[in-house]
Amino acid sequence: MKISQVLTAALCLLVNPATQGSNAITRPTTDFSRAEAHEQMPGGATSHKKKINRDAYSQPSANMSFERELDFKVGNGFFKRVWVSAPSSTQAADGLGPLFNSRACQHCHIKDGRGHPPNGHEDSAESMFLRLSIPPQNEAQRQALRKHLRKVIAEPTYGTQLQDFAIQGHKAEGRMQIDYEPVKVRLGDGEVISLRKPMYSIQALGYGPLHPDTMISPRVAPQMIGLGLLEAIDESDILALADIDDANGDGISGKPNKVWSDAQQKVMLGRFGWKAGAPSVDEQSQAAFAGDIGISVPLHPDGAGECSEREVKCKQAPNGNSPQYDNLEAHKVVTDLVAFYSRNLSVPQRRDLDNPEVLHGKQLFYQNGCIACHTPKFVTRTLPDRPEQSNQLIWPYTDLLLHDMGEGLADHRPEGEANGREWRTAPLWGIGLTPVVNGHSNYLHDGRARNLLEAILWHGGEAQKSRDAVREMSAADRAALLHFIESL
Amino acid sequence: MHKTLILFSSLLFATQAVAVPSEQDVLNHYADIAHATYQDSLNTAKALAQSIDTLIAGPTEKNLAAARAAWKQARVPYQQSEAFRFGNPIVDDWEGKVNSWPLDEGLIDYVAASYGGSSDENPYYTANVIANRKLTISGRSIDTSHIDKKLLAGTLQELDGIESNVATGYHAIEFLLWGQDLNGTGPGAGNRPASDYNPKNCSWGNCDRRADYLKSAIGLLVDDLEWMTRQWAGDGAARQALLNNPQQGIAVILTGMGSLSYGEMAGERMKLGLMLHDPEEEQDCFSDNTHNSHYYDALGIRNVYTGRYTRVDGRQLSGPSVSDLLVAKNSIVDKQLRTRLDDTLAKMQVLVDSAEKQGIAYDQLIAEGNLEGNAKVMAAVQALLTQTRAIEKAVNTLNLTPISFEGSDSLDAPGKVLR
Repeated sequence: MKISQVLTAALCLLVNPATQGSNAITRPTTDFSRAEAHEQMPGGATSHKKKINRDAYSQPSANMSFERELDFKVGNGFFKRVWVSAPSSTQAADGLGPLFNSRACQHCHIKDGRGHPPNGHEDSAESMFLRLSIPPQNEAQRQALRKHLRKVIAEPTYGTQLQDFAIQGHKAEGRMQIDYEPVKVRLGDGEVISLRKPMYSIQALGYGPLHPDTMISPRVAPQMIGLGLLEAIDESDILALADIDDANGDGISGKPNKVWSDAQQKVMLGRFGWKAGAPSVDEQSQAAFAGDIGISVPLHPDGAGECSEREVKCKQAPNGNSPQYDNLEAHKVVTDLVAFYSRNLSVPQRRDLDNPEVLHGKQLFYQNGCIACHTPKFVTRTLPDRPEQSNQLIWPYTDLLLHDMGEGLADHRPEGEANGREWRTAPLWGIGLTPVVNGHSNYLHDGRARNLLEAILWHGGEAQKSRDAVREMSAADRAALLHFIESL
Repeated sequence: MHKTLILFSSLLFATQAVAVPSEQDVLNHYADIAHATYQDSLNTAKALAQSIDTLIAGPTEKNLAAARAAWKQARVPYQQSEAFRFGNPIVDDWEGKVNSWPLDEGLIDYVAASYGGSSDENPYYTANVIANRKLTISGRSIDTSHIDKKLLAGTLQELDGIESNVATGYHAIEFLLWGQDLNGTGPGAGNRPASDYNPKNCSWGNCDRRADYLKSAIGLLVDDLEWMTRQWAGDGAARQALLNNPQQGIAVILTGMGSLSYGEMAGERMKLGLMLHDPEEEQDCFSDNTHNSHYYDALGIRNVYTGRYTRVDGRQLSGPSVSDLLVAKNSIVDKQLRTRLDDTLAKMQVLVDSAEKQGIAYDQLIAEGNLEGNAKVMAAVQALLTQTRAIEKAVNTLNLTPISFEGSDSLDAPGKVLR
């Protein structure tokens, strides 16, 4: 089965030019009378068929051997690990913070699922934080940004994210406050949807004032399924979809992000994160260890985590760097296991894909321009050390490119090549299971959308036309469209 | 032909002579074992509470030794109860309060400078609950003037937004009785002096507050175990949840067995420690009791399969079990699983003997360079893995609705599993 897929793909590449759209296997279908071959398995052979419940996002790649699964479980152990303050006798578990957003990966990436904004001012923002940065202040900083050596310039005191927790004896950096104002949208059939537009402020600053030009960007924890597969998409397939200047005049101008890879020591395509700011699963998770938990790792060896020089007490605090772990709190053995775990969270199989309403919704999705950015399928490349992710026909419904989403969603904070109005197309696979896994249905980068329809109605900029088409749809069509998206 | 017929009929007769229990029967007996196990845990925890009272009233080395012994005794039934995890939501939602690990030692009490990063005199080592009537955490001033159950179970647990459970449970009590194990991969456990509880001659300061913490922690543990014991009584919610959906209930029993064997024990509690060679990467790191913890975990898994449990007072419970259901379907699979369960216990016994008879504790076995010791631990891991495959076969044999165990093959692909 797998071999024939590879051969077919290879054959198509020989016959057709190697551009994504013209490849027979990955060309979007025009036949909506029935489900496509293999559409049942959005993650290819990695898709699991286990019961859909709270654990739906936490299963390993279904094609993983029993032996490798134990490493997945050990990686999960580290992912769940609640880190403690240093000094502690559990040297492989200490070094928390001193400033942090969460004590454990799992506390934000709850059940490997999607974070959400706090419920009201008294609730803590467990699975969300604010990114911070300032515009370049001098030529050296401008150069660094231009050359992609840095993707942002850190706020001088508070760094690139606001840590709202601290270990005993320390102050947190501050607390995020969200206030909402309603934005009404009238649908074509007269129904009025009240969206909520968030406004962000920071309270209780712990270490002095913010730089006057500070830019903030709210970020909830994104879902973690299928990451290894996204990593396995050939770069050329992604670049083939880019059209920065909209040369073909279709109104869509996807842009690849370019970011510095600390691991490879060169500029690479960004794939992960709300603005595609991370080039690989490993670098994303190492950055998260350091920034979110304050745990030093091979790529970020400072035991104090994300403390700036101005956060003196933090810098001077004991840390958990241990000589037997390469003078780190989490050394390569740990970070490799966490990356392996993160790469192998399985995309559940589709539900309802033969349902007539779902098929109708699919047709609407395809024919209303949604697939211009939410690219349906790819075939992953061969990665010798990653058999699970190799040569799979996958259905992520993303092009991994940056798109201008309009003023409504803008955070006005550039990140690498992404400007203040651009966001990476989010993968839609598994999205419909968010309520089952996480008990909520908050979508978009800051969880402002309380359901999928709200998320669509926030689409502006390049997506304005498609969004307007949805607004004008009949209620029945809209229901079909949503049913399709929920079935992914 | 004739001989075979007779053989077949006598076999049929033999099978029919023993009635196959119903799923309800099996679940009721499983719940009886759960009730007994938690009740034993409760009673040994109460005995521990008494020994702690004695220690606080008379902080002598003798009383400290007695309290430590009571703690180890309390672990015997509790570890056997871990087989009820990973499938019974009531247990899973509660478990973090009583058995969380690692512990945030520095948040609770004084910690050794030798574990710290910098060698400078460091005021931060005293930023702990026991030493401070007021503690700043995340910029909020927490009133720690009274150390009581409310402080531990309320404020401290919810410190970082999500319940952290880094300051309560068996291991918090263990830490307060033993202190940090400063021996690394050398022999010996934690060795906190009894004078840590002697207000007249207090070795590390704040003896009264340390006593309050210890009392609060054991008080909470007793409350929590009391609650859980009730959930398994005749009308208890945990029992009822299983009886409401008997086929699913049988799946729960096997899910617990499989998940505890594979992801939790083989993976997180054993292989992880071997990969890190960290001496304190062990369940009972302060007391060096990990060999017993692992042994009783394995015993608990066997208990729920065979329907047999030996209580702390020696009474034996036995009754309808999953094993009976399996024998009726395929006695070979049952026999294989029983063999695996026994083999795992034998490999755990090797670890117990190493610690108790040869004086080489678990943290020494996992040390870097101890090839023989590492191999003993790895043998137990291997036995757990083989056991997991046998449990999967049992699930398939019983045609249970697809369930997921933490880290094993999908039951929808039985061809993949049955080798």
